[in-house]
Amino acid sequence: MSGDKEPIIRVENFTAAYGDNVIIDNISFEVYRGEVFVILGGSGCGKSTVLKHMIGLYEPAAGKILIDGEDIAASSGEDRLKILKKIGVAYQSGALFGSMTILENLRLSLEEYTDLSPDAMDLISLMKLKLVGLSGSEHKMPSELSGGMQKRAALARAMALDPFILFLDEPSAGLDPITSAELDQLILRLARSLKITFVVVTHELPSIYTIADRVIMLDKRVKGIVATGKPQDLRDHSDNPWVRQFFNREVESEVAA
Amino acid sequence: MESYVKDSNLSSITSQVNSDGSLQLNIAGRLDSNTTGKIWRQAKNEVEKNSPRNLVIDASGINYCDGAGIALLFELQLHQQKAGKEIEIRGLANEFQQLLDQFKAGEFIEAEVEVPGPSNIFEKVGRSTLDILQDFKANISFLGEVMVSLFYAMLHPRSVRWKDFLITSELIGVNAFSIVALVCFLIGLVMAFQSAIPMQQYGAQLFVANLIVIAMFKELGPLMTAWVVNGRSASAFAAELGTMKVNEEIDALTTMGLEPVRFLVVPRVLAALVMIPILTIFGNLFGLIGGLVVMLSLGFSVVTYVNQITSAATYVMLLAGLIKSVVFAFIIGGVGCMEGLRTKTGASAVGDSTTSAVVVGLVMIIFVDGVFGVIYYFLGI
Ligand SMILES: Nc1ncnc2c1ncn2[C@@H]1O[C@H](COP(=O)(O)OP(=O)(O)O)[C@@H](O)[C@H]1O
Ligand SMILES: [Mg+2]
Repeated sequence: MSGDKEPIIRVENFTAAYGDNVIIDNISFEVYRGEVFVILGGSGCGKSTVLKHMIGLYEPAAGKILIDGEDIAASSGEDRLKILKKIGVAYQSGALFGSMTILENLRLSLEEYTDLSPDAMDLISLMKLKLVGLSGSEHKMPSELSGGMQKRAALARAMALDPFILFLDEPSAGLDPITSAELDQLILRLARSLKITFVVVTHELPSIYTIADRVIMLDKRVKGIVATGKPQDLRDHSDNPWVRQFFNREVESEVAA
Repeated sequence: MESYVKDSNLSSITSQVNSDGSLQLNIAGRLDSNTTGKIWRQAKNEVEKNSPRNLVIDASGINYCDGAGIALLFELQLHQQKAGKEIEIRGLANEFQQLLDQFKAGEFIEAEVEVPGPSNIFEKVGRSTLDILQDFKANISFLGEVMVSLFYAMLHPRSVRWKDFLITSELIGVNAFSIVALVCFLIGLVMAFQSAIPMQQYGAQLFVANLIVIAMFKELGPLMTAWVVNGRSASAFAAELGTMKVNEEIDALTTMGLEPVRFLVVPRVLAALVMIPILTIFGNLFGLIGGLVVMLSLGFSVVTYVNQITSAATYVMLLAGLIKSVVFAFIIGGVGCMEGLRTKTGASAVGDSTTSAVVVGLVMIIFVDGVFGVIYYFLGI
């Protein structure tokens, strides 16, 4: 919600492909510091693909992605590490390390990158778990948690080093409405109080209206962006009927339900 | 069963050529997945025989039409459209027409164009040759990366995950001990037994001891140990890392700035490098014990056997075998981890990785063993 609109992530003429299979064709957008930026679109349209390129897991087939001014795909060694420490990622599947307890999962990056005492690491980890409502689960193995709990643990792990950009891939998919609403509140709190920038992939319309400052909508047919803006504006004023339909249909069914 | 048979008689197709030259197919009755097959063949037959400029389907007699029937009508539409010809479907009941209207011929024709044509044998051979070469290149560069990371780890021992190292050491070494011991014992036993019979003809049974110790130290000790560990642990590495890959855990490590090679591969390869030579020494020992059992049964004493062995064996021989086992260890750890990290997505992916870890490991071990054979020959070992 910053007024100055300083871009923290710039995606420039970005094309993504797996082999010859082009998924995203030449898109550009910016994410501003401190905003909650939502990527949405039908399943298989490349949302996770965009996200994984933004965090440097894949190299763009063309174009550039700059995180805080630095090209993550072109970086290596210490430079890359410096960028990576600025970001946290919660994956679609949770991706908790199955051979470690939840606490160990959270402590891992603290152990690797800080010289905090073990007690301090434990305390920080427990506080993050409290934030996502998982107090008491710290000594469980990931397999002992439900899917929704795993996702929240993954979010806590992503926050371990207090990154200032958090990437969440479908954080509320598969969560019950109450937990999902709590998660939305958590995202909002973190964004407003700590000025953390969020890049969130999600389908959940209620959640989009609650959290999103801006959204981009991807579409498989054009392999690119069909709409950009505030969700309310897109709902009311988009000149693309399909986009209007997407935003409105769900509202209707929400009213009906 | 009876209704099933009856069903297929519930539908009918007749054809006629109209005065304007168009082919008319009259389809009537019930078009469902039981009955459509027959109608489909007949309709296609008629259409292909006449290749009509204008095809008219009289569908007014259709009283039931499910997905299969709709597919038939759609197929006929596609067929005509692709050939640049006309089709008209008359009298199809409204509810079925709606089902049919969901599909646009354009979408399907385009989709078909995207599929690459069937490749000929040369293309296939060329492609798979390229794949193999690329694989080979990838293998070498991965093992190179592992090597570099190992050197880094030696210079920065604090960067190694020692806990992982210990767990893996237990898995590779302690848990494999009994099976390595058993296999080598049996190899020693069988080899001694088989060679004792021909040796007897020359009265040279005592030299069975020489044979055993040379074969075990130089060749079979390292090789059998490597095979056992490859079967047990390379597959385990591939399965473990492959599962992590599928669960996005590898991605998570990467974005946490923890290089999977340093974080996961180095401790495992280190554990292999330490444990496999130790296992090999035990394997050698148990091979000799196997030989001893046969020698005792042939009437030689333990002292004679041991004396014969110590006169035949040299430290160089033992060392030559151990050097080999170190290289085998590197292959086992490296290939197992590599296949794991290369796992694709999908349910069968992890299984594929474990299989290829074991197979690639075996092949590389044999290959390297051959290379060592040549090198040692020229060195006179
Ligand atoms: N690792 C991969 N290799 C090849 N194709 C992939 C890979 N990951 C995703 N895809 C393909 O890219 C497309 C977009 O996938 P993804 O980004 O996961 O979609 P979304 O997250 O929007 O559901 C899909 O067609 C998928 O099959
Ligand atoms: Mg996805």
